[in-house]
Amino acid sequence: MSMLFAILFYLATLVFVVGLLQRIRTYAATPAPLKIPTTPAPTTTGGVVLRMTREVVFFESLFKANLWTWSMGWLFHASLALVTLRHLRYFTEPVWGWVAFIQPFGIYAGITMLLGLCGLWVRRLFVERIRYISTPSDHLMLLLLIAITVSGLLMQFVAHTDVVAVKGYFIGLMHLDIRVLPSDLLLMLHLMLVTTLLVVFPFSKLLHAPGVFFSPTRNQTDNPREKRHLSAWAAKLESEK
Amino acid sequence: MADITAPAYRIIPIVPALKPDAMAGKGPFVASDKINEAIGFPGQLVEDWHDKAIAKMGELLSKYRSLKVYMDACVHCGACSDKCHYFIGTQDPKNMPVARQDLMRSVYRRYFTLPGKLFPKLVGARDLTREVLDEWYNYFNQCSECRRCSVFCPYGIDTAEVTMAAREILDSIGYGQKYSNEIIGKVHKIGNNLGLPGPALIDTLEGLEEDVKEATGIDVRFPIDVKGAEVLLITPSADFFAEPHIDSLIGYAKVFHATGTSWTLSSMASEAGNFGMFIGNYDQLRKIALRIREAALELGVKRIVVGECGHAWRVAYSFWNTLSGVGDGAGEVDRFAQMLQKQLDHRYKQPTHICEFTWDAIERNALTFDKAKNDKHIITFHDSCNVARGSRMGDLPGGQFEIPRNIIKAVASNFVEMSPETTREQTFCCGGGGGLLTDDLLDLRVKGALPRMEVLQQVVDEHGVNFMATICAICKAQFTKVMPIYGFDRRMVGGVHQLVSNAIILGEEK
Repeated sequence: MSMLFAILFYLATLVFVVGLLQRIRTYAATPAPLKIPTTPAPTTTGGVVLRMTREVVFFESLFKANLWTWSMGWLFHASLALVTLRHLRYFTEPVWGWVAFIQPFGIYAGITMLLGLCGLWVRRLFVERIRYISTPSDHLMLLLLIAITVSGLLMQFVAHTDVVAVKGYFIGLMHLDIRVLPSDLLLMLHLMLVTTLLVVFPFSKLLHAPGVFFSPTRNQTDNPREKRHLSAWAAKLESEK
Repeated sequence: MADITAPAYRIIPIVPALKPDAMAGKGPFVASDKINEAIGFPGQLVEDWHDKAIAKMGELLSKYRSLKVYMDACVHCGACSDKCHYFIGTQDPKNMPVARQDLMRSVYRRYFTLPGKLFPKLVGARDLTREVLDEWYNYFNQCSECRRCSVFCPYGIDTAEVTMAAREILDSIGYGQKYSNEIIGKVHKIGNNLGLPGPALIDTLEGLEEDVKEATGIDVRFPIDVKGAEVLLITPSADFFAEPHIDSLIGYAKVFHATGTSWTLSSMASEAGNFGMFIGNYDQLRKIALRIREAALELGVKRIVVGECGHAWRVAYSFWNTLSGVGDGAGEVDRFAQMLQKQLDHRYKQPTHICEFTWDAIERNALTFDKAKNDKHIITFHDSCNVARGSRMGDLPGGQFEIPRNIIKAVASNFVEMSPETTREQTFCCGGGGGLLTDDLLDLRVKGALPRMEVLQQVVDEHGVNFMATICAICKAQFTKVMPIYGFDRRMVGGVHQLVSNAIILGEEK
């Protein structure tokens, strides 16, 4: 079983990393021939960095759009960030100081993460407009995240697993040394779901995470009159003339 | 079309209920063979439209980062779902921006993503069938590319980009829309969207000179094709004869007169509008923009000023430098752009919006006004979508909101704002933009105007507003048509420079 999970994790990580890099490469390589920032937009690069930071950290546009979606979505993402960072303790020895510091917050973030996810699902199920646009995969994605969160919380608060052994296993994995994974059903479920998430990531709407950084309406500087913006394929039209 | 009526105002707070297929149908008139072929598209739907469409989609995905990222990034969060004026007015769920995008995204998933190829049902992927294609034609011609949804999307997904791509695909297989394609033909053949030939244009301008002379006693000129003029004015052709557009043209001429600016129109480029943007076709967008470059080079002008037109200002401000070199900051070796940029006077912004020009003159105290001339008006300002969300004026972000308002306040005493969630970057489209200003879409246009009409009614009731100023030829044409259906006087709408024209003092009568 330890071996099976090892293979699973190596494969999932490979798919995740290669798939994501490949996607990011495509985004970066695709030209943006026209200046299309949604205005009012920053006129300097520094301003664009600020705008993007507000967008990524605070979900500025979503805040303008809908307070319910914003609060649930932000709660979920902020909690997820904390929870993910907290999990670094299973991959580092000795545990970095700041990871140790956020440990207690990370644990409670698991609960707020679940709240956020449930809030989002309630919206998806009961708001007519959002139910209309939801595909089965939208529901499954929430279900997957909820299952990961719940299985994690259960291990934290109900049926403890041997975290020392789990940590040993993952440190081992990082050094290509397959150690023994506690054969604990909840843990296996938790890990199985996480590998699923890793594999699905580069092929799904989870691409919104890298995508936002490449969104021309958000990452372009508003300076079209001051500087000529010309993509390679558009420039060719001129040389042909 | 006599049975078209205005939808009832909504009761606030608003929870838009869905009416599936409320706007299902065949869409606007399809372009004829002749219209399509004149601008290089197949005359009618080609035999192998399916493969051609998918191939075109692949091509666009590789040419436009916007489309590529936007096809992937949507999470169906619903932030945009209640933001579109056409959804609000029609309640058809396919007019929700996300659902409109999904018409294309579902096909993208099927042909360009692994999960869509393997599990189409699961991820909402669809084959491109004839039904889907017809649905595209119908619903991508119910988007005015106003970008309001892009303000609210957490990833900045702009439905306009998707609509443009869809129309480009449809055009490439011979399934184009009559109104837009016919107009593009006219602009190439005659020089402007309305098909006003040179001699008629000259006649009109002479008539205007006489009218202004009669009204003011002053010789205000409307010059055309004057070589060596300082300013080339590029304005929507509606300004030459449509009401109330023409009153703003008179306003620009008076401002040029009062500031002693030598200026000219161009018969070759007698159109600011660029419907190439509406159909998402880069070649057309570029070709139409190049007319202005040619006119500027030929006439040897130092400045290019753009009249009151929303999408034209977006094209001019955001795209002209890219398309035709009208702007600044071209590279040393960029001969194409340098050729023009060396000629232009870079103490001024190139291109300049007429509002920037006028506001600059007001700030320099170069203009004087008799505000009392506008006292009969209680004025509000409708931000036009392309100006608001696709361009700028002045040096600061948001100048596109401040400058027109500043002008109004400089020339008139009674100014009232409409509800803030419907102005500035959150402004609602007039309902007729993006290539939809055609009578075969009148029902849609009336419904799409609903959110604007609701808040206009508020300021009419509360403040007695009797004039809605705007700086877009399409807004003006759309509002004069649909406002009577909502029970407003069509003369309530007009241009900012119409107000300038009313109040400007041109000097002593001769």
